[in-house]
Amino acid sequence: MSNDSQWPVWEVFLQANPGISHKHVGNVHAPDAEMAIQNARDVYTRRSEGISIWVVPANAISASSPEDQGAFFEPSNDKPYRHPTFYKIPEGVKYL
Amino acid sequence: MLQGDVFTKLTMNSTEKKFEYLLRLGDSSLIIGHRLSEWCGHGPILEEDIALINIALDFVGNATSILEYAATVEGKGRTADDLAYLRDEREYRNLLITEQPNGDYAFTIARQFLFDTYMFFLYEELKSSKDETLAAIAVKSHKEITYHLRHTSEWMLRLGDGTAESHERLQNAVNELWMFTAEMFDMDEVDAVLIKEGIVPDLTAIKEKWEKKVKEVLAEATLEIPTTTFKQKGSREGKHSEHLGFLLAEMQYVHRAHPDAKW
Repeated sequence: MSNDSQWPVWEVFLQANPGISHKHVGNVHAPDAEMAIQNARDVYTRRSEGISIWVVPANAISASSPEDQGAFFEPSNDKPYRHPTFYKIPEGVKYL
Repeated sequence: MLQGDVFTKLTMNSTEKKFEYLLRLGDSSLIIGHRLSEWCGHGPILEEDIALINIALDFVGNATSILEYAATVEGKGRTADDLAYLRDEREYRNLLITEQPNGDYAFTIARQFLFDTYMFFLYEELKSSKDETLAAIAVKSHKEITYHLRHTSEWMLRLGDGTAESHERLQNAVNELWMFTAEMFDMDEVDAVLIKEGIVPDLTAIKEKWEKKVKEVLAEATLEIPTTTFKQKGSREGKHSEHLGFLLAEMQYVHRAHPDAKW
């Protein structure tokens, strides 16, 4: 952002419990990776939300464009057979 | 007679000495916590504002635990609130460095770094205190302090080894604060008795660790160790700089204006 006079933006991902994937929770400003981790800790884990933090420079993320939506995502709408709904999930398996 | 007078200290019994020591610990945390809380809404950026206020809250939490315990040890029916809000300046035992005004951000970071390093090594030792309550408080606090020190050390490096202006501001701050650091390692009859009982550590070893860590960080931050030899002391006797009175006036006002108010 050209009018953003602050430090670079870092996207923040938190792991809430062991074994599950990190989830995007928001972003912070920081001059470098170490401070980004500390800022993420201070802004996003004050209420025991996480046990592990990832930070990624926002400008390192490449995203699909809104115009691609039709070509990218709509073709799968009529292909329900791709969902693994015929499997039984064994008891005790969490976070699937 | 004032509690901190040398004669009074000599005649204190063991319980009174422990109470006095707990006031020193609790008051330092309370006052630095209050100072940091003054940054609330004024931090240089949102993230750092939150970071500092987290640290402030940790210190006020630590002060609450220690002053609650101090009130119990004293056994005169006073509460932690009584100790925090109804004592005057001369009865406060916080280290002089903790009451120094925030100044610019470099000054706050330098003050915090010098004090955090001290807290880190002191509480590391207090974790094995023979006093179980104090040891339990120290275990909890030491985790918090470990983070504080990491945060302030990183800022020392970034400001010290940053721009010419940030370097100059931080060096000036360290120079100005240096005279308050010797007092952290002073020991008197209170320490002597409690050290013998295995309740508190000898500060001689802590001073060595403090000096080593501070020198390391200052060197990495391209800062000079101040050469000043003047030492400003007095908190053990309740003799404070002119700043504490103003701080207490603000901190204690509501409680004194509405005694025993509940909400």
